[in-house]
Formats: sequence, structure tokens, C-alpha cells
Amino acid sequence: MEIKVNEVIGYTGEVLTERQKKTGILIHALQKIQEEYNYLPEDVLKKLSEKLAVPLSDIYSTASFYKQFYFTPRGKNIIKVCMGTACHVRGSAKVLRSLEEEFDMKEGETTPDLSMTLETVGCIGCCGLAPVATINENIVGEMDENKVNDIIEIIKTGKDSE
Amino acid sequence: MAIEERINNIEDLKKLRELFQKELFKEDTPRVRVCCGTACTASGSYKVIDAFTNESAKRGVDLEIVKTGCQGLCQKGPVMKAEPQEIFYQKIKPENVHWLMSYTILGGMPYRQGIYRDNILSEPVPLMTDVPFYKKQMRIALRNNGRIDPHSIHHYIAVGGYAALEKALSSMTPDEVLREVDRANIRGRGGAGFPAGKKWEHCKKAPGKIKFVIANGDEGDPGAFMDRSIMEGDPHSLLEGMILCAYAIGAKYGFIYVRHEYPLAVKNLKIAIKQAEELGILGKNILGTDCNFTIDIREGAGAFVCGESTALVASIEGQRGFPKPRPPRLSEPGGGPWGYPSNLNNIETYACVPVIIEKGADYFLSIGTPGSPGTKVFALTGKVKNTGLVEVPMGITLREIIFDIGGGIIGDKEFKAVQTGGPSGGCIPAKYLDLPVDFDSLTSVGSMMGSGGMVVMDEDNCMVDVAKFFLSFCQSESCGKCPPCRMGTYQMLEILERITSGKGEDGDIENLLKIGKLVLKGSLCGLGQSAPNPVLSTMKYFMEEYEEHIYDKYCRANVCSGMGVFVINQLECFRCGLCKKACAFDAVKEARDRYFIERDYCTKCKACYYACPINAVKIRKQRHIKLEEEFRIPSESVEIIERRAKMTLKDVLESKPLEIVTTTKDCSVREAINIMSERNVGSILVIDENNKLVGIFTERDAVRCLAKNISFEKEAIQNVMSPNPITFNSSTEISAAIAVMSRKKIRHLPVMEGDKIAGMISYRDLVSYLLPEICYMAEDIY
Repeated sequence: MEIKVNEVIGYTGEVLTERQKKTGILIHALQKIQEEYNYLPEDVLKKLSEKLAVPLSDIYSTASFYKQFYFTPRGKNIIKVCMGTACHVRGSAKVLRSLEEEFDMKEGETTPDLSMTLETVGCIGCCGLAPVATINENIVGEMDENKVNDIIEIIKTGKDSE
Repeated sequence: MAIEERINNIEDLKKLRELFQKELFKEDTPRVRVCCGTACTASGSYKVIDAFTNESAKRGVDLEIVKTGCQGLCQKGPVMKAEPQEIFYQKIKPENVHWLMSYTILGGMPYRQGIYRDNILSEPVPLMTDVPFYKKQMRIALRNNGRIDPHSIHHYIAVGGYAALEKALSSMTPDEVLREVDRANIRGRGGAGFPAGKKWEHCKKAPGKIKFVIANGDEGDPGAFMDRSIMEGDPHSLLEGMILCAYAIGAKYGFIYVRHEYPLAVKNLKIAIKQAEELGILGKNILGTDCNFTIDIREGAGAFVCGESTALVASIEGQRGFPKPRPPRLSEPGGGPWGYPSNLNNIETYACVPVIIEKGADYFLSIGTPGSPGTKVFALTGKVKNTGLVEVPMGITLREIIFDIGGGIIGDKEFKAVQTGGPSGGCIPAKYLDLPVDFDSLTSVGSMMGSGGMVVMDEDNCMVDVAKFFLSFCQSESCGKCPPCRMGTYQMLEILERITSGKGEDGDIENLLKIGKLVLKGSLCGLGQSAPNPVLSTMKYFMEEYEEHIYDKYCRANVCSGMGVFVINQLECFRCGLCKKACAFDAVKEARDRYFIERDYCTKCKACYYACPINAVKIRKQRHIKLEEEFRIPSESVEIIERRAKMTLKDVLESKPLEIVTTTKDCSVREAINIMSERNVGSILVIDENNKLVGIFTERDAVRCLAKNISFEKEAIQNVMSPNPITFNSSTEISAAIAVMSRKKIRHLPVMEGDKIAGMISYRDLVSYLLPEICYMAEDIY
């Protein structure tokens, strides 16, 4: 994986030391890795540590702090049920429960065949359409029984969502 | 557009604007401005745009389609505006586009089906300015949202963008810009409401040449999305505000910190930065002056605490987002990223700055209240009819926001509370509906402005549950650095979880208050210091709900499970049986003509409550009736009743003479009837050669034989008996036996002890066994 430190750090690089630059792009680098592998594989992190000369423990410290990063492989489809306030008062718990029951899993888990990961998210800023869920990049608003069934259908038949 | 090259002086920008104003947004061109905010995109605005493109190509109409940022009324999306008629359309589907073309674009008339109306009976409102949702709004921070395409810097310039920058660079010194902002008394829109001018001044005075301008777009508050809509819908106004700030305080570098949940915002901001750089508005020698300013984007990685300034700095540096003790503040040396003094403001604050510079501080001061001038964007969500982004002058009342702009509560239910300020704020009850909204008034009632989330709750929301929700958010987002927040929120959450699951105890309320105050005082950063707010404010106004949960095990909003008593209202029930199907514990019983819930089996899981299509399953407060007090039954007889209720079939058998009437399976029907009549019983048990029970022959079977004309003499009993009868073990409780007998409609019940027949019990036995007690009770009651 190619990381151009100076490009990523941007204009601010002019006033930073090499060390500061390398630490400064750490989150960005982790995001890139996650984009590519869907999670953070150990060997890639080790390589990153060598490349940036940042101790692996520091990388782990940062990566484990943020919710976006995962250390285990995730499913092909990622469903995120929004648990924000607006969604909560309009019944997102029910949406989550029905998905959990359907696939016999808890939030945060991945199905054994890696077809789907079910997650919750604090707020995706689409409160006007509460309750909301996202399937991969698509936002589905005003979730009801039918829309939950649509999602289940998409996952089970394995076809990508439109 | 011909001009793509860098602008090298201020005059050129003016000329460019004049050109754009002439060429863009011409008055006589038909135009639709379709909302492409996140919510409307989710409801299908791109499909509508495709339909417009096809339709206009098909008809050969020169239609201008502007893909704007969020127009506010997310609930009714996709929304759009047709010009020049200025007609506002909502919930547009691709199939409506054909008619929209015919009616409005070509005919200049409103298309009735797409026009906003309050409800099905009220008159449609064609003009956008007349729609109640927009009527009371006043747009400063969102001034360009819904008007321009965020991907086009030309649009922004055409509607007067970068005019403030032009004015500042050409006629104002940095000090004058700062003074103007300070005089406007604009307070930080991110939550705490600290005056931005003071912040800028502080940063300007800090020693050192290198300074940063940081825009905080880590909008983590659940229920708030105004920053998102500015970054997505009008990124240039943010850039302009940041450049003005940089000019005022002498900073060269800037960051926009955006949370990773907003990919569209990142994309639009990157486009905007690139365009501004190409045009010479950002970068070295801005507009040919000696002002330099560059902006980098930093993406967050999903941590709410990174909205806290010191944690955000740590995150920019690439570390764990741990907050640091202050001082040093961000504006002091050692405070900002890598120790450089920095100025951090919210996105919305920066977006307001160009207006202040362009129109002057006096204009800004003339809006809003003296203590909090200007407008504020609120994300109005929850149980209101029109959810979305509203920008209103400060000082407007909550009632105006919720009922006039928001259109009232969904289903016209009762308003209960409005939660402002996200997880750090509090709930405001109905009695403060007429409170004018500004920074100070909200704080005075125990809530706060926060970033402007406004979640409306109705009678179906349980305040304890809401408090639990916010606390669980804070608990899971606590970074774990300081113990009061890490452990305090955990303990509070544990107590709340107990309360909401029906296991609340005496003393819980006191403990919550105690821990809450400790967390409030002892935490390091803003997140911890405000984490107990939702609990404390709901306790302040809705204490009776907490008490109900703890002492009566009842949740008046029917949200918490494990609470109350479940009953089926027989007047409403139309006996569809869905509740019985839904019950996993077989607690819903079916009697001859009705369903009822047996409390002994009910786990209060609410499955039946959700299953009922007409809400005939009711959850009532448990009544704690003491028989002695209520009915003046002497305590000895209460004991007897209680003992009787636990009696088994064995007790009944022992109370009457043992009499088992049996016959073999090959005896004739006549013989069996003879035995029954001799022994004066209603049924006879049929046994095989091993003395095992194989069937039962009852009076009802005899009647059936008569009806079918079966020969009493010839037919063997085994052919007419009821085989494999229902039997009960002698340890079965009487109540269970009665329930089965009434459900299966049987009157005779063989009682077994292992394989052996222990006796027979008839319905009459049970009734006469229980009768004395019932008579006794009845006498005492009446």
C-alpha cells in the first residue's frame, strides 16, 4: 500500500517535523487500509508500523480507540441501524430487534458466512426520516416492517442493493 | 463559463460576480431546484432529476435543474421548488414529473397533487414563503441551502458569495474584522455559547507566528444535522467564514474536522476547496493580496468525544481522542495541534461570519435577543409532523417552533417534552413551551442549546427510557480517561436499566442523584460534565414517572417492558387471536367466547401488545389490593383462600369418597350404561386386559350412539368410547385443571398417579369443592 505522507498531511506539513507528519496521517492510513481490506489485518498494521516508524502499540492504541476500526473481518453487506435520539423515539429498537431475530445474531456481530454485519450507529444525521438504517452506502428512511423485509430479502438472496 | 483562471485582484472577483449574476439564474428560464440533501436523496431525489432530464429532452424544453443542498423539510422529501413561479413541491415521485412539466414548467400553473398541505382537508399552499414550515424561518447560516448547487463555486459567487471576503480584504484591516465579529456578539453555535469574537481575540493575542483555524464538523450529537447540511449544501460559506477568521487572527493554516459518517460532506468540501484554490480565493496570496490561508480536511473515525476541543486536537495529531485538562486552552500556546495556538469554532458559527462582515454587526444585532443575537439552526425531529432543519431568530418560543413550524405532534397526541442539546442537554416539559429560546433561557431551565438538536416527545415516550438512552450513549462514548465519567455513567446506567426493567428499588432515585452530581463535578471534559444532565433534568420535571417505575412497576408510556399488568379489553377485542399466537409463554388463554391473559404465565414481554392490531391489549398499573383492607375479609380466611388457590387435584379426590367405575373394552354399550346408572355416575372408564386406561365413555357418547342409531346390544364399547382421554396427574393445581376442562369442553377427568388410576373428577366436583369459599367471599364482599 502506497501512502504519500506529504500529500496526505496537506499544507500543514510545512510547519511540522517528520515525526509529527507521520503520526499525523495515522488515522488516514488506517482508514485507507480499512477501505481496502474491510478491516485492519495484523500483518498490514505491522508493515504500516515499520513504514511510519510508529510503534505498533501506538497504532493499536489509536485504532482501538475509534469506533470505525475493526480487527476482525466484516461481512459483505453492512447494515447499520441508526440509534440516534430521533430514531430511538420513533422506534429503532424494534427495527434492530427484528433484524437480530431474523438472523439470530446480536448487533456488532457478523454472520458466519460473512454475508452480513449488523451494527448500530450513533446518528447518521438523517433524523428527518427516522427510523433510519443504512445498507452499505444506501440510506433507507422511515423503516417499517416492509422495508425490514426488503433488507432481509437483499441479504438472503445475496444481490446487491440498488 | 469562460473564466476559469485564477483571480489576481479584488476587482476581478467583482467583475466575475456581475458576469455570473447576469448569466446564471436568469429570471425567464424555467428552473427547478431539487433538494439533494441526504434525506431527500434517500427518498429518491436523483430519480426525480433523471425523470426531469428525460422529460425535458423529450419535450425539447430548456429546463435548468439545480441540485441544491438540504432545503430543510426532510420529512416530506424529495422536495423541490419550481421557478419562476416559486412553487414549492413535496414528496415528488418520478411519475409526477410528467404532470409537473405540463402544469408548472410549461403552463405556469401549480400542480395540485404535489403541493404542500397540512392535512387532507386543508387548502394546499403553493408558494414556498406561505408554507407554515418556512413562514417563520429566517435563514442566515442556511442562506444558500436550497438555492445553489454546492458543487459550483460560480453559483455561490452569483448569489453574493465571497462578497464579505472582498469587502474585508479591500476595505477592512484584520482588527476591524475582529472588532466587527466581536461587536456582533455571535456566540458559539456548537453548544456552550462562548462569544466567538472573544475567542478570536484571545487567539490573535497568543504569541507565535503559526496559528490554526479549525472548524469543528464532528457533529456527533444524535439528532442534530445542521453542520452536515451546511458542509454538504453550502461548503463555500464555511470556507469564506474560515478565511475571514484566518485574516482576522493572522492564521495561515486551517483544518476542517469532519466525522466519517458524513462521506458526502467530505466529498463536497474537497470539491469546494479545490475550486476555491483554482480561483485564487484560497491558498497563497488570496485575491492578489498578501493574505495566505490553506485548508486541510481531517476525517474523524467515529468517536463522539472528538467533538470536545482538546480531544479533537489529539485526533488531528493522530492519537487517541483523549481530552486534556484545560488550561492551556486551544487559543494559548501549547493548546492547539502540535502546540500551536488555534481558534476552533463550529461550522454554523463560521457560516454566519460572512453575513456579519458583509451586512455589518448592527444587522446581526437587530435579529434575535440582546444576549443571543442572530439566528439558530435547529434540527427539529422526533414526534413532530414536519421534521427537518429550521433556522429561526433567537427568542422565538418553543411553541412556535414545535407547533407552527413543526406542525404539531404526529397523530395529534399530547406533547410531553422536548429534548434540546443532545446528550448534554435536558428535557423541557410542556409548562415551558412559551419559553423564548436562546442560550441563557435554555440553561436556566436545566437544558442547554447544544448544537441545536430538538427532539420532540409525546405521551408515548417514557422519560426514564429517554434518560437511559442518552446515558447509554454517553456511557458507550466515554473515552475512559477519567474515572468519574467512566465509572459514574456505568453505575447510573445500571440503575436506570434496573428501573426500566421493573426491578427498581427504594433508594435508586437518591443514588442516581448522588452519582449524577459526582460525575458532573468530577469529570475532566465537557462530555462527562454534562453526561448526567438528561437524567437530572428528567428527574427534575418527571419525577413521578421515576417513582411509578420503581414503586408501582408501571410505565405510563408503555415503553419499558416488564412493567404493569396486561389485560385484554373485551369491549374492543374482536377475537382475531393474534395475541395468542404471539405469546411465547402461552399466557393468552382462549375461553369459549373470549381471550384473556393469565397473569401467572405472563412475562410482560409485550409481544401481545405489539401483536394486537387494534390496541385492545392494555397495560394497566398494578393494583396492590390488600384483601383484608379492601373487602374487610378476616385475615384467617384470606389464608384459607390462599391455601385453596394452591390446592391440587389430590386434595379434591381426598375430599370425596373414592369411586372408580371401570369396564372392559369388549363389553356392550348396554352393559356399560347399566353400570353407570347403577352407580349413579356420568362416565365410565374403559380399561384393557392389563388394567391400562384406553378410553372413556360418557353420557355424551351415549347420546351420540342414540343419534347414530347404534345398537346398544351388539356394539362393543371400544368402538364408541372416546379413546385416549385427557388425564391429569394428581399433583396438578385445581386452576390448571379448570382451565383445561373449560378450554377442551370436557366434564370428566381421570386423575392418574403414575400408571395407576387414582380417581375421577368431574366439573361438578371442582365447583362444589370451591363453592363454600366463593360463597364466603361473596358474602363478605357484599
